[in-house]
Amino acid sequence: MQDYSLLSLLRHGLNKHQGWTRAWRAPPLKPRYEVVIIGAGGHGLATAYYLAKEHGITDVAVLERGWLGGGNIARNTVTIRSNYMRDASIPFYVKSVELYEGLTKALNFNMMHSKRSMVDVVQTWGKMRELRRRQLVMDIYGSTYQPISTEEVRRRIPALTGGGPDARLPILGGMVHTDAAVNRHDAVAWGYARAADAMGVEIQQQTPVLSLIRGPDGKIEGVETNRGTVRAGKVVVAVSGHTTTITETAGLRLPLRTMNLTAFVSEPVKPLVDVIVNCPDSGFYFSQSDKGEMVIGGAPDPGQSFRRDIKQNVFEDTVTAMLSLFPSFKRLKLMRQWGGHLDIAQDASPIMDETDIPGLFVTAGWWGGYKAIPAGGLTLAHLVATGRPHPLMADFTLKRFRHLDYVMETGTTTAR
Amino acid sequence: MMLIPCPFCGPRNESEFAYGGPVKPDRPDPNAVTDAQWVDYLMQVPNPLGPVHERWHHARGCGVWLTIWRDTRTHDITEAPDA
Repeated sequence: MQDYSLLSLLRHGLNKHQGWTRAWRAPPLKPRYEVVIIGAGGHGLATAYYLAKEHGITDVAVLERGWLGGGNIARNTVTIRSNYMRDASIPFYVKSVELYEGLTKALNFNMMHSKRSMVDVVQTWGKMRELRRRQLVMDIYGSTYQPISTEEVRRRIPALTGGGPDARLPILGGMVHTDAAVNRHDAVAWGYARAADAMGVEIQQQTPVLSLIRGPDGKIEGVETNRGTVRAGKVVVAVSGHTTTITETAGLRLPLRTMNLTAFVSEPVKPLVDVIVNCPDSGFYFSQSDKGEMVIGGAPDPGQSFRRDIKQNVFEDTVTAMLSLFPSFKRLKLMRQWGGHLDIAQDASPIMDETDIPGLFVTAGWWGGYKAIPAGGLTLAHLVATGRPHPLMADFTLKRFRHLDYVMETGTTTAR
Repeated sequence: MMLIPCPFCGPRNESEFAYGGPVKPDRPDPNAVTDAQWVDYLMQVPNPLGPVHERWHHARGCGVWLTIWRDTRTHDITEAPDA
C-alpha cells in the first residue's frame, strides 16, 4: 500500500503527480473464496478489513452491486456518537467511537475526523427524563452525557433563537455528548477498501448478487451473481435495506422492515454552528459540514419503503420544525435531498449473527449504522472467523426474537 | 406525497392519515400452535420488494380504517378499498 503523507505528496509533486497508483485493484472474479461479503458499504468493507487484519483471513471477496461506497454510506449524516440507552449498546458504540478516533492513523487515510460534541435541545419533560436516564446508564460505561441549562444551550448554539417561553414547546434545557464527532463518509469507505485490498481482499464492483446457493445439507455454498457462480463456505450479508430481499432467495425470513430515511443539505454558509444539534422533540438534527452546508436529517417515511427519495410532507414537517427553533434558517436555500433505505427490527437494535442457514451471516437492522461501522466490522469479523460472538455484540442475536428477549433501544434517531 | 383513497372522503392527502402497519395474518390460537409458530406470528412482517398489504387510519379525517395494497418501490397504490 503506497503511503499517503506530506512527504509522498511532495515526492509525487516533483513528478507532476504521475506516479500515484490505484488505491485498490479490480481483479478477475475467482470461482471460490473462503469468505464472500455481499455489499461494499461501510459494514461490508470494515468486516473484510478486520477479517484480514485481526484474523489473517485474506481469501475474501466483497461483492458490490453498484460502486464501492455508493449505498447508505454515501446517504447518511455522518454523526458518530455513543449516547445510547442499553447495557448491550453503549459499550459497543463507545468502542466504535474509539476506533473512529484512531481510524485516520490505522488506515493511513484522512478521515477529516472532527470531534465537536452534540447538544440535545430538550423541549419536553418526558424527553428530559429519558435523556437523564440515559446519562445514568452511560456513566457506567464511560460515555459522556451532561445536562446543561437553557442559557448554556443558547450560548453554545447562538443561531438557536426560537423556542422561547412563549413557544408551543419552550426549550427546557439540554444535554451535551462530548464524544460526538463527524467525519468524511467517503474516506471511511475508501480507507477501509484500500487497506483491505492491500492485505489481499478482493473488491468486486458491478457484481450484484442474484441469489444465495444452499447445498443439499442446507449449508450455504455460495452466491449466484451476474458474473457467474461464486462459491464460499461463509457468506456475509451486509446490504442494509435489502437484507430480506437477499435472504429470502434462500428461503430465510428475518424480522426486519425496510424503511426510507431522508436527509437534505442547504447551500454553504459561513461557520455558524460548531456542534451537532439534535432536537428530538421537534424531530430533526443537523450539523454544519466543512464546506459550510447544513446537513439536516429528519424522520422516516411512514410505512415500508424501498424508494430512495424524500416525500413532500416529511420534508415540510422537518423544515417547519427546524424553522420554529432556527427562524434565521428561513432564508437558507436547500440544495440537495435524498433518501436511503435501511431495515429495522422491532426493538430498534441491530442483528449480527449466524442465521439458521449454517455459514450465512447477517449484519442488519442498522438504524444509524454509520457510527457503528468500525465496531460492527470488528465484531462481525470475530464471529465469522472464530464462530463465537464477540463479547461486545453478544446480545445482538437472532435468538433474541425467538426468546422474546429484546434489546429495546431508544438511542436511535427514529425510536425517539 | 401519496393520495390515499378513502372510501368515504375520496382521495385524500397522506398527511391526513396515520400509518397502521402491514396487514398480519389472523391471530392463531396460542394453545393450538407450537412456540416456533407463535413467535413466527409475532415477529415476521412481510417485507416485499413490491406490493404490500397495509392499514391506514384516516385520523385527521373521517376516522375510518382502511387497507390498501401499496408498492414499496414506487409508493403507487395498486389496489384500493371499495368505495
